Amino acid sequence: MFIKTKIHVQGVHKEFPTDKGRLEVISELDFKVGDGEFVAIVGPSGCGKTTLMNIIAGFLAPDRGAVLVDDQPRLKPNPKGVLITQQGSVFPWMTVRENLLFGLPEDLHDREKLAADYTELVGLQGFENNYPHELSGGMLKRCEIARALVVKPEILYMDEPFSALDALMSLRMQNELLRILQKERHTVMLITHDVEEAIHLADRILVLSPRPARIQASFDVPFAHPRRVSTPECQALRVAILKELGVTETV
Amino acid sequence: MKGALPSLLVLAAVVGIWWLTVVFTQSVIFPTPWQVVTGTLELARDGTLWEHIGASLFRVGAGFGIAVLFAIPLGLWMGWVHGAFVTLNPLFQILRPISPIAWIPIAILWFGVGNASPIYLIFIASVFPMIVQTTVGVHTIEKRYLRAAENFGVPRGKLFRQVVFPATLPQIIVGMRIGLGVAWLVVVAAEMIALRSGLGYMIIDSRNAGNRYDLVVAGMIIIGLIGLLLDGLMRLLENMKVVRWRYVH
Repeated sequence: MFIKTKIHVQGVHKEFPTDKGRLEVISELDFKVGDGEFVAIVGPSGCGKTTLMNIIAGFLAPDRGAVLVDDQPRLKPNPKGVLITQQGSVFPWMTVRENLLFGLPEDLHDREKLAADYTELVGLQGFENNYPHELSGGMLKRCEIARALVVKPEILYMDEPFSALDALMSLRMQNELLRILQKERHTVMLITHDVEEAIHLADRILVLSPRPARIQASFDVPFAHPRRVSTPECQALRVAILKELGVTETV
Repeated sequence: MKGALPSLLVLAAVVGIWWLTVVFTQSVIFPTPWQVVTGTLELARDGTLWEHIGASLFRVGAGFGIAVLFAIPLGLWMGWVHGAFVTLNPLFQILRPISPIAWIPIAILWFGVGNASPIYLIFIASVFPMIVQTTVGVHTIEKRYLRAAENFGVPRGKLFRQVVFPATLPQIIVGMRIGLGVAWLVVVAAEMIALRSGLGYMIIDSRNAGNRYDLVVAGMIIIGLIGLLLDGLMRLLENMKVVRWRYVH
């Protein structure tokens, strides 16, 4: 089956100046993400995952190489691809409703309805007029996802989106994300340090090497949703990925 | 209400010690608390107290109001445009430590002895803290919010109205609290010179016209109470829901 390439990371290279000379963070990275594909990137902490995400989402320019989205070089961030981070960026001075309306053009005639629909999609109905500091961590994440989706992006960039939540809430949000993605197909790039989360969600998992980051291994995740990470197949995959990350488990 | 009890006890103790001291030293000039109360009532009854309070509040309102209109746009601009900050900040850093009292001769020279002088002094006193706080507010906007705004590709005007300004608002309010506090300090000092109305004038006049120290102390206490009230009003601004996020943690 032929899948159109959505994102093409082409020879991306990034260095940062430090006191001890230049630090190579990302080294000649190359990979493609298909249209509608869910790709997870796992790697050891400090390997430059977030830098990579910022480059792909257009917030940071690479020193060499390019990121092509739909074969066009991506230079600046735009609403075609929305970034969701661990910290979150829901505006605390706006209500849930105002946050959702923020990304929608003022002259869009059904913006109020769109905002209401997406509030409901993430299960925040009844909290439209609440301020973020009145919401729990999980609800805040829902609000952020709704704010991203309401502008109808083609790509979601997720950088450790659920890492700040407790384990139970993280799992709940993963299921929620899968439920939403079944309703509207997006291309998703997820960066995580949580191998189980990657197996639970992604179609393909790329393992990054320690700094400077390059693709060390790639794993397909051929299992149908809903997945159970406890099945032997998933566990075998998990062990294989952990091995790439330099973690061997003794049973 | 229980939390207020210790501070009320302290207040009562201060008044008690004051009273006893005056009685025991048999001072003929320094008033007892009761003399202050009767003096105040006397002024309130013949209406001069309200005129003085009104005059002082008017000057503070005008000077502070002009300073707000000046400082907030300027602070936002300096915070957002690096060139503006680099160019203007040194000037403001030099002007800022100059006590407003030091400006009094120049204010009289420029604006005479009417209302304009104290209004100018209040402006000078309150404008710098507000400029500084507003600028700091813009500089400390968290990058994640600016990135999110950039991500959604909103027009510049909307970015300013819906992100930069509201993100800075808590700091602006802090600046306004400081500014109003300073303004109230300065109006009293300014009225002690060359003016014929206001609480500062009332204090100086009471002393000059027959050592009415009961009215001097009354004036001081009224200044304190009104200052407290003004700060309370500013605190109400901090309770607005659009800025609460910055203060609740």
